[in-house]
Amino acid sequence: MEPLNRIIEKSKHLSFDLNYTYSKQWKSADTSRILVGYLPIYFPREIVHAANGLAVGIFGVGDRKQIIRGDAYYQSYICHLPRGVIEMALDGSLDKFDGFVFPAICDCIRNLSGMFKLEQKGKFQRYFDYPQNFDLSIGGEFYIQEMKHIIGDMSGINRVQVTDENLIRSIRLFNINRRFIEEIYNIRQEYPWRLSAVETYYILRAGTSLPVEEHNEILKQVIDHLQNERGEPMDNIRIVVTGSFCEQPPIGLIKSIEMAGCYIVDDDFMLGSRLIQGNINSDTGNPLSALADAYINQSAFSSCYYDVGNPKGKRLVELVKKRNADGVIFSAASFCDPALLDRPQMQKECDIAGIPHINFQFHENTGQFKVIKEQAGTFSDSIKLWA
Amino acid sequence: MGVKPTQPSQREGLKQMQVYKNKMDQQKIQNKKTSLPPLGGGGTAIKENSMILQKDMLAKQFNELSRAKELGKKVVYTFVPGNLTELILSFDLLPVYPEINALQSGMRKKSAAYIRDAEKTGHSEDVCTYVKCDIGMMLNGNIGPTGEKLPDPDLLLLSYTGCFTFLKWFENLERLYPGVPVAMLHTPYQEDGKITDEMVQYMVRQLETEVIPKMEMVSGKKFDKSRLSEMMKNSAKAEDLLVKVLESAKRKPTPIDAYFAGVYYIGPIFTAFRGTEAAVDYYTELWNEVQERINLGLGPVTPEGELNEEKYRLVVEGPPNWTHFREFWKIFYDIGAVIVASTYTKVGGVYDLGFRHNPSGPLESLSEYCMGCYTNLNLPQRVSLIEKYVKDYSADGFLINSVKSCNSFSAGQLMIMRQIEQRTGIPVGFIESDLVDPRYFSYANIKNRLESYFQMLEQRKIIMTQGV
Repeated sequence: MEPLNRIIEKSKHLSFDLNYTYSKQWKSADTSRILVGYLPIYFPREIVHAANGLAVGIFGVGDRKQIIRGDAYYQSYICHLPRGVIEMALDGSLDKFDGFVFPAICDCIRNLSGMFKLEQKGKFQRYFDYPQNFDLSIGGEFYIQEMKHIIGDMSGINRVQVTDENLIRSIRLFNINRRFIEEIYNIRQEYPWRLSAVETYYILRAGTSLPVEEHNEILKQVIDHLQNERGEPMDNIRIVVTGSFCEQPPIGLIKSIEMAGCYIVDDDFMLGSRLIQGNINSDTGNPLSALADAYINQSAFSSCYYDVGNPKGKRLVELVKKRNADGVIFSAASFCDPALLDRPQMQKECDIAGIPHINFQFHENTGQFKVIKEQAGTFSDSIKLWA
Repeated sequence: MGVKPTQPSQREGLKQMQVYKNKMDQQKIQNKKTSLPPLGGGGTAIKENSMILQKDMLAKQFNELSRAKELGKKVVYTFVPGNLTELILSFDLLPVYPEINALQSGMRKKSAAYIRDAEKTGHSEDVCTYVKCDIGMMLNGNIGPTGEKLPDPDLLLLSYTGCFTFLKWFENLERLYPGVPVAMLHTPYQEDGKITDEMVQYMVRQLETEVIPKMEMVSGKKFDKSRLSEMMKNSAKAEDLLVKVLESAKRKPTPIDAYFAGVYYIGPIFTAFRGTEAAVDYYTELWNEVQERINLGLGPVTPEGELNEEKYRLVVEGPPNWTHFREFWKIFYDIGAVIVASTYTKVGGVYDLGFRHNPSGPLESLSEYCMGCYTNLNLPQRVSLIEKYVKDYSADGFLINSVKSCNSFSAGQLMIMRQIEQRTGIPVGFIESDLVDPRYFSYANIKNRLESYFQMLEQRKIIMTQGV
């Protein structure tokens, strides 16, 4: 078994290799392999895996790349993530990618799909329209059509047919992946000091540029390591961070929250890898339907889904209770309409449930964390002293 | 600016013009008597019959809304892009459009306070100001543009077309009006630049299983397909006339301004009147007036008077600013710039590309209508449409008014601008403002940038004339 610190270091490197070197190397080993980049939040990576492809998460450049040309494509009031993605598209970082998928999360990501079309980046560029109708026979059917378009795009490149058998195999592998990730979160709920939120972040994000088989192996080893004591328990409060599902917060921000005396016992940083809750049915003759069913019936709450009938605020409160958290930090990217428009109602639900909360906004390349650290520290102290 | 002598037959032309001017003078007197605000608000301005008709239609509509409860009418809140007005009216329901309320609040200088009140309840400064203005208006008693209270909704019809924020907007409204049913209609985006059968079927099934049953429940009436079809005949008639009006701007000089005045022209058909005889009457009158202006070789009507010298013909992308609408328009008027085509006037339907509501397949047609609205087109489609406008309308320049509030329009506009510049070679300009938040309208800054842009247009004209 590899030492945990080395796994974390390797994951950290994979998470922020904005040239996607490992993914490209994987592709170069076999001419029928393809790389499909996908934007946040969620995308059924199983269909890419079944097509002998690797779905690679493109989650922006964070504070790791200077934006030179990307800023010329966006006004100051547009969030930061797409300008970093355009920067990568223009500087050649994404050149070996065969196609790109832009899940329906907001108008910025939607229009970014059109910008990739105009720039002719990759052999296909697909906007993946999440159905907002949650009837399996209507929205579910639409979701299946959306997946079929991408399957068609991929087979047009490598001539690999996505068979039911292959797809079921892929679903099973991703079921293991989801189960392992959930297990890590469950262990952290009990022993948050054993693996910090930053370390957890590296380990999850690494999985968006690795074959699922390799990521499963990493996760398995991490779980084994976490059976043993590591680190020291601190007098920290336990919090849930929400609102950072698309544009990713800089590592310094997550670290600042932790250093301010908060254990992050749940978050939505890498929501796409955790969106489907529980196993997707793999004992089926119709795996595409199973994927659609999972999207419709097993999705975690998120700002990109219409929530009438199943309000996010109430689900957040349930999550706080499940994780035995003391409070919530609303941490949204600046100019993120979905997260910011959800915030007041979610705060209201927290108020009703008596859950303390604070909020702040960030950019993926925010460089100053002093204010955030002070705010989170005061929040922690107030809960420890008076809650 | 002096009158440009462009009449074909001199004496007859001057005589016609005198008759027309007398008519307009009479109209001004009439306007003063009825205290009608002019196009754009404030001051004395020319009022044509179509304007008065529209004013009456709106007054009647808002009066009916204010009395909805006593009249026993049920009210549906919904959005302009991808609206289902004919379907709503076929159930005798009354539609309310929150974006229209927000823009009206902007024009009436009330939006700043509404936005501030919404921000006090936790809304970020960063998000869409239409949403905040609407929420603020509700927090302040939901008083409509006529000063009368708007009724609470009986149904929230979320026709989610071309704008992700609509979804968040109605999630917020659902919390403000607990217990009010929400009907969700998800309009697939034209990501591949086309409308497929499967997309149409997806929408029709939503209409049949989600939207219509909820309308039946709220109205207490059964869905009447033939009534809907009948209304769509009127829709198609009005759409034909609107296209004639908008395409009249291909002429030189253009008899209309297709952006600032265009927002008035689209008013009835984009909102509560599509499918009605009143809308057909309005567009018939409007088209008659435009024809009269064409015959007389007259330029567009503006709040400052007629534009007599057409110096620059522009295509504009993006919504206007509503808080300083008239000042904004005047900058163009003063320099002699006229907008010959705009994308904003296509948010409720790109009729000039040929779509008409089709009575023979009403639900399919409504679906295609929703998917064809401008903000539901992908970026390559938008670029192609603008390029076509530049060429078809012989534009001298292309200008983007990028609004902070609307990512659906704004994200990608800088790339659109480059594409148009490359494809057409005309000068492009870019200014920034907002829909209804006056904090984001800097008059001096915008005027400066526009003046520089107009200088660029002038320079190009000189170069082109010299054949350099």
